[in-house]
Amino acid sequence: MAKTLYDKLWDAHLVEQREDGTALIYIDRHLLHEVTSPQAFEGLAIAERGLWRRNANLAVPDHNVSTLKKEREAGLAALPDVVSRVQLQTLDDNCEAFDVVEIPLNDVRQGIVHVMGPEQGAVLPGMTVVCGDSHTSTHGAAGALAHGIGTSEVEHVLATQCLIQKKMRNFRVEVTGKLGAGVTAKDIALAIIGQIGTAGGTGFAIEFCGTAIRSLSMEGRMTLCNMAIEAGARCGLVAVDDVTLDYFRGKPMAPDGASWDAAEAWWRTLHSDDGAAFDRSIVIDGSAIEPHVTWGTSPEMVASVYGRVPTMADMPDETARIGLSRALEYMGLTEGMAISDIKPDAIFIGSCTNSRIEDLRAAAAVLKGRQVAPTIRKALVVPGSGLVKAQAEAEGLDRIFIDAGMEWREPGCSMCLAMNADRLLPGERCASTSNRNFEGRQGSGGRTHLVSPAMAAAAAVTGRFAAVSEATQDLGAGA
Amino acid sequence: MKAFITHQGLVAPMDRANVDTDLMIPKQFLKSIKRSGFGPNLFDELRYLDEGIPNADNSQRPLNPDFPLNMPRYQGASILLARENFGCGSSREHAAWAMDDFGFRAVIAPSFADIFRSNALKNGILPVTLSSEQVDELFEALYAEAGYSLTVDLQACTVSLPNDEAWSFEVDPFRRNCLLKGLDDIGITLERADAIKAFEVQHRNRFPWVFEDIAL
Ligand code: SF4
Repeated sequence: MAKTLYDKLWDAHLVEQREDGTALIYIDRHLLHEVTSPQAFEGLAIAERGLWRRNANLAVPDHNVSTLKKEREAGLAALPDVVSRVQLQTLDDNCEAFDVVEIPLNDVRQGIVHVMGPEQGAVLPGMTVVCGDSHTSTHGAAGALAHGIGTSEVEHVLATQCLIQKKMRNFRVEVTGKLGAGVTAKDIALAIIGQIGTAGGTGFAIEFCGTAIRSLSMEGRMTLCNMAIEAGARCGLVAVDDVTLDYFRGKPMAPDGASWDAAEAWWRTLHSDDGAAFDRSIVIDGSAIEPHVTWGTSPEMVASVYGRVPTMADMPDETARIGLSRALEYMGLTEGMAISDIKPDAIFIGSCTNSRIEDLRAAAAVLKGRQVAPTIRKALVVPGSGLVKAQAEAEGLDRIFIDAGMEWREPGCSMCLAMNADRLLPGERCASTSNRNFEGRQGSGGRTHLVSPAMAAAAAVTGRFAAVSEATQDLGAGA
Repeated sequence: MKAFITHQGLVAPMDRANVDTDLMIPKQFLKSIKRSGFGPNLFDELRYLDEGIPNADNSQRPLNPDFPLNMPRYQGASILLARENFGCGSSREHAAWAMDDFGFRAVIAPSFADIFRSNALKNGILPVTLSSEQVDELFEALYAEAGYSLTVDLQACTVSLPNDEAWSFEVDPFRRNCLLKGLDDIGITLERADAIKAFEVQHRNRFPWVFEDIAL
C-alpha cells in the first residue's frame, strides 16, 4: 500500500500498537536542555530508575544562558542571576549523575538545541527525535519524525526509550512554483499559518512538499518545520533528497563509509509514495507569496509587508472582532494602518527559527555598508551556535553587523523568550526573526513582529517595515 | 498521579481564544527546578498589575481587579471554562503544574492544543472538549449566576449542569483508564520492557548507526 513519509517513519519505530488506539513508539534520539529536564531527572531519582539507553541522550544548555561574552567567559559560577545559575548548574549535575553526554556552556559546539542537533549529526534522517521543547518540529526538515514533549514525557523517554503516542493524521502542504526575490522559508511559514491558522495543523503531521520546498536549503527547511508547531502541528516533515544528504555527509555524529551507504539506502526511501493518502491537502502558489510581517499577538495575525492591518469590518464574527481589538490594543496599532508605517524600536536576529549561517548571510547582505536607523534602540544578532558564530566571523559577517551598529552576541535562545537578560521593555516594539509573537514573549509588555532575517535587517536600516529592495535602493538593490 | 473519577467544582471563566502556555506561566518562572509552587503565578501577567519576579512574595503584589480569578465570586474555582485552542504554544509542562497547583482539576473548552492536552492528562487535570455552542451556553450561564458549578464525571464521561442536564464528552480510552486509576505512565510502559528490548534488537540490526556512541 502506498505510504506517506509519516507512515513510513511511524511504522519503522512502532514497538507495539494497542487496542485502545495508543502505541509505543521507539525513540532514537532525545535532546535535553536546562529548562524542561530538571523535574524529569528528579522523578527518575525518586523512583530509583535509570536511563534505558544513555547513548540516545544529548544535552546542551541554551534557553537561559547569558549571551554576553564577558559573562560567558567568567563561567557559570559568576552568572549574576542566581535562579538561572541554579538551573544551569542542575543540568550539569544531572548529566554527570546520570552519565548523559552534555555539550557544556563554553564549548564551540554549544548552541540552541535545534541548531546544534542537526549541526552535529546528532539528528539524522529517518530517526525519531524528541526534546522537551515544542520547536523540536524543526528536525522534521531532515526527514526525521521529530516533536516536542512535556517534562513527564522527558522522564518517560529517559526511563523507557519509548513514548506513548497516538498516530497523527497526514496533512500535505504543497508549495508550488518559484519564490520571488527576497521571499524566504520564513515567509512561506507565515503565509501557511496565515491561511490555515494556529490550530489548522492540530492533530496532524504536516508534510511540506512541492517545487518551492525542494528549492529550499536545509536551513530553509528547518525554518519551515520549526514553525509547523505554530500552525498547531506537533511535527513538520520534508522528504529526503540530495540537499538532505549533502547536508549530513561529514557531520561529526553522522555515519561514514559502509555505514553511510547503508543509511543512505534507507534514507532514499524517505518520501511519500505516489498515491499515498492524506487526510487533508492544500496547495499554495509559492510565486505569489510576499514577504510577511506579523502585526498581532498570534502568528496567524500576519500580512504582506505591502499590506495593511485588518479592520473590524474584515472580521467574520464577534469573537474575531474581540480578538482583533485586544491584539491591536496590546500592539499599539490602529486598524487598517499600512504595515510599512509600523516602526520598530528593537531588532532581534536569532532563535532556532532563523539563526543559522544562511540567515546571518541574508541579514548581512542587507546591512552591508549601511547603518541601523537612529530610532532603533537595541539591535541584537545572536548566532544559533558557536559553530555558526565561528563561520560567520570567518566570513566577516560579524564586522558587517558591528559596523552597522548591532550587537554581536554569544549563542543561545536569548530574546526569543527572554529568560535571560535579553528582553524588551514594556511597550517596546521589535522586528524579530523568532517564532512567537505572544503577549510578553520577548519581555513583559514587549511587542513582537515576526519577520525573516532579511526583513529584520531591512527594518533595521529603514526604521520601519520595508521590502528589502526598498532598504537597499541607496546602494542599488542587493548591494 | 492522583486519580480523577468525578469532580464537582466552582467554574471560572477564561474568555478568550488561543490562550497560550506563555500566558499561563510566563518564562521567568520556568527557571525553577521544582514541580510545585507555580500556582501563585498562573496567568501572572493578567492577574497582577506589576511585573512578576521569581521568588517574590506574591501576597504583597497588586492584583488586577478585572481578572476573573481575582473576583470574589470565582474564589475557590476548580474548573476553568475556556475558548478554542486552549494551551497552544510552548510545550512547558509548567503550565499544567501551575493549573494543578492553583487547584484546577478540569478545563472545559471547544478545543485544546495537543501538547497541553497531553501534559494536563499526565498531571491529573482533565481537558473536556465540548462543542462551541455548548461552551457558549456555559459562559452565558456562568456570567448569569454567581456560584455556578458543574460536575465532571470521567466514569460516565459527562458534564452535569445545575439543571440536571448531562452532556457527554469523549476522551481517549487509554488516558481515561490511567486517570481513573491514577496510573503512572512509566510503570505501565516498563511492564512491556521485554517487548521494547526485542524491538530494540531488530531496530539495531536494521539501523546500526543510530546506536553508535555519541561521545564528544
Ligand atoms: S530559540 Fe526560542 S523557540 Fe527556539 S528553543 Fe530557544 S526559546 Fe525555544
